[in-house]
Amino acid sequence: MQKTIEIFPENLELMTLNMGPQHPSTHGVLQLVIDLEGEVVRKITPIIGYLHRGKEKTAEVKTYHQFIPYTDRLDYLSPMSNNYAFVSTVEKLLGIEVTPRATYLRTLLCELARISSHLLWLGSQAMELGAATVFLYIFREREIIYDLFEAISGHRFTVSYMRVGGMARDIPDGWLEKVQAFTDDFPKRVTEYEDLLTLNEIFLQRTKGVGMISAADAIDLGLTGPCLRASDVGWDIRKSNPYLAYGELDWEMVVGTGCDVYERYLVRMEEMRQSNRIVQQCIQRMPDGPVNIDNPKVIYPPRDNVHKSMEDLIHHFMLAYEGFRTPEGEVYNSIEAPKGELGFYIYSDGANKPYRLKIRSPSFVNLQTLSKMCTGRLFADVVAVIGSLDIVLGDSDR
Amino acid sequence: MPLRNYPNWGLLVMLELFLISAIKIAFVVGVALGAMPFVVLFERKLLGWIQVRPGPNRVGPWGLLQCIVDGIKLFFKEEIIPDQADKPLYLLAPALVVIPAFLVLAIIPFGPTVHVLGRDINMSVTDLNIGILFFFAIASLGVYGIVIAGWSSNNKYSLLGAMRSSAQMLSYEISLGLSVVGVLLLAGTFDLRTIAEQQAGGFWHWYIFQQPLGFVLFLAAGFAETNRLPFDLPEAETELTGGYHTEYSSMKFAMFFISEYINIMTMSAIVTTLYLGGWTAPIEHGLLPPWLAGPLWFGAKVFVLIFFFILIRGTWPRLRYDQLMAFGWKIVLPLALANIILTACLVALDSPWWVFCLAGLAVIFVIDRIVTMLRRSTLRAA
Repeated sequence: MQKTIEIFPENLELMTLNMGPQHPSTHGVLQLVIDLEGEVVRKITPIIGYLHRGKEKTAEVKTYHQFIPYTDRLDYLSPMSNNYAFVSTVEKLLGIEVTPRATYLRTLLCELARISSHLLWLGSQAMELGAATVFLYIFREREIIYDLFEAISGHRFTVSYMRVGGMARDIPDGWLEKVQAFTDDFPKRVTEYEDLLTLNEIFLQRTKGVGMISAADAIDLGLTGPCLRASDVGWDIRKSNPYLAYGELDWEMVVGTGCDVYERYLVRMEEMRQSNRIVQQCIQRMPDGPVNIDNPKVIYPPRDNVHKSMEDLIHHFMLAYEGFRTPEGEVYNSIEAPKGELGFYIYSDGANKPYRLKIRSPSFVNLQTLSKMCTGRLFADVVAVIGSLDIVLGDSDR
Repeated sequence: MPLRNYPNWGLLVMLELFLISAIKIAFVVGVALGAMPFVVLFERKLLGWIQVRPGPNRVGPWGLLQCIVDGIKLFFKEEIIPDQADKPLYLLAPALVVIPAFLVLAIIPFGPTVHVLGRDINMSVTDLNIGILFFFAIASLGVYGIVIAGWSSNNKYSLLGAMRSSAQMLSYEISLGLSVVGVLLLAGTFDLRTIAEQQAGGFWHWYIFQQPLGFVLFLAAGFAETNRLPFDLPEAETELTGGYHTEYSSMKFAMFFISEYINIMTMSAIVTTLYLGGWTAPIEHGLLPPWLAGPLWFGAKVFVLIFFFILIRGTWPRLRYDQLMAFGWKIVLPLALANIILTACLVALDSPWWVFCLAGLAVIFVIDRIVTMLRRSTLRAA
């Protein structure tokens, strides 16, 4: 009882502000309970779960292939990366290796997804600082990427394009030329955005020295992705544990030293250029050959064969009816998704569905740093910091 | 019988004055209210073009009827008054915002004195000899409406918006007032009509050339006064959802909306009068009768300024609250004071106009270099 009385005078000055879940700049349905002293943030508590759809539990009753569309809806701004993170984990569990063509195609798609995700981040970051125009500019490029995704998968947003052991189908003729045209044009577009923002006095004032987090704190809190690299930590899973074709390609990891919102901006802008380089190299080196492995126990046999051969018909039926079984065991695999480390942990008891599936989603972990970055700062900085963290609530709440 | 000897002569004079004033008031309010939807439409169209999209184009040719449809929509929207709102104040606030916005229109001269039916008629509702002071007095009343709106809504976002706007408008009021002193020193009068008339005879007589620094400062403070980007903190959408008008709906919201755009038009008109020669033509031409040319030139100049307002909105981010205050008190205010001293010295020395111009530009240049250097050093340190 005495304690509350002691605390009371301190709290007298504070105003508790509920920001969200319906708010223009909380990236969906994030709720923030902010204790404000005037405009200064004294305490900030993120409340998540408004978009919880029980994906991990759902995975336990879905066969491995049936779960792929659910991964689209994690970080719905980069479904290709999510697809890949999941199927590569299952492939690791099965111990299978995909074809070179699939490897390069997946690399290309993951990087296109990164560009698309970073573009949306750029738009929302700028809009949260009041510059609404950038948000509409980025949709020019995103439209092109969506058109490309639509051409290969039939979907613009939730692609569900990858399969365990390969892809849903091979890319159509002339598709790579379209990607090439996009990548030729893209660096100029990035320069356009940089002209608008990079040396804009107001943008600098709003972002420099805002949302600082030291390298030690960032590592302690498990920050990953561009935000971590902006805090002077050279950690990129594509470099440290090369997967796909990243080890064979010529690109640079972008590391910044500023630790603030502005540095995260610079890192992501440069990452878009690097991704563009990776995409270009993938196009040049794209191997011919089949896109799927020749293993009808895991992936559908070619459609023609299903009509002609008894075995393939049976395989097709069994895959559609109950999926494939995996060996017993547990496996964790993580990739460098646009927003940070995206990991899937699967515990298998040998059935055709995971016994337990756990998703290590970057948005969820990165969100933890919000309080560290915002406490003692002004209310307007909260918005800038949320923008720079680039969270997606579908990813965070799962 | 001479009219003067007519028994009710005084009454007639009153009636005449009343009639002339009524016609002028109707004209000014009509033009302002009629133009306001088209300013909104123009803003949306222009923003659309800046943002690589077509803008409103569904209703009427080129979307021309969009503004009218929007007005009708707002009119028929449900009126929602929050349960916890302070009802009398909540209802009063929109009126307190919209009335000063229209009052200021009264002093703006939009054309020369014309001779109609043997009478000299000034093309402005009234010619106050303290016009500028009246403008400051009335414009600062608008903040009451905003503060009361934010307070009475009983919403924390509204309250924050109101707090921001009161601090912002009070701070920039001072800078606005001080930056205009340069023009007053040159003109030697508070009367807007006289100020405009002094700039007649060609664009090189405009006060913008003698007061470049004052013009820049006045424009910056004017942006802050009208709550436009980059100073739109009171309603900062991405932070405070709607700021002080978050809880307002239907026509009450429309009142805030109207007054914002009327304020933009008034501010542009004041800038035009003070710095861009008011209704006077940039070059003497005599192609049109003065009663037509005056308002046309005036409208064109106001339009250019509104265009500038919108361009800024389409391209710039928003300042933070503390940065806004720092900018107002540490940059705009000292510079305005410096401008006064500079202008006073040059007026005392009886300098030609180009000395004023060079001195003002020199100050702007030096400030720009200093800011750039500071920015570079912070960038390098990081």
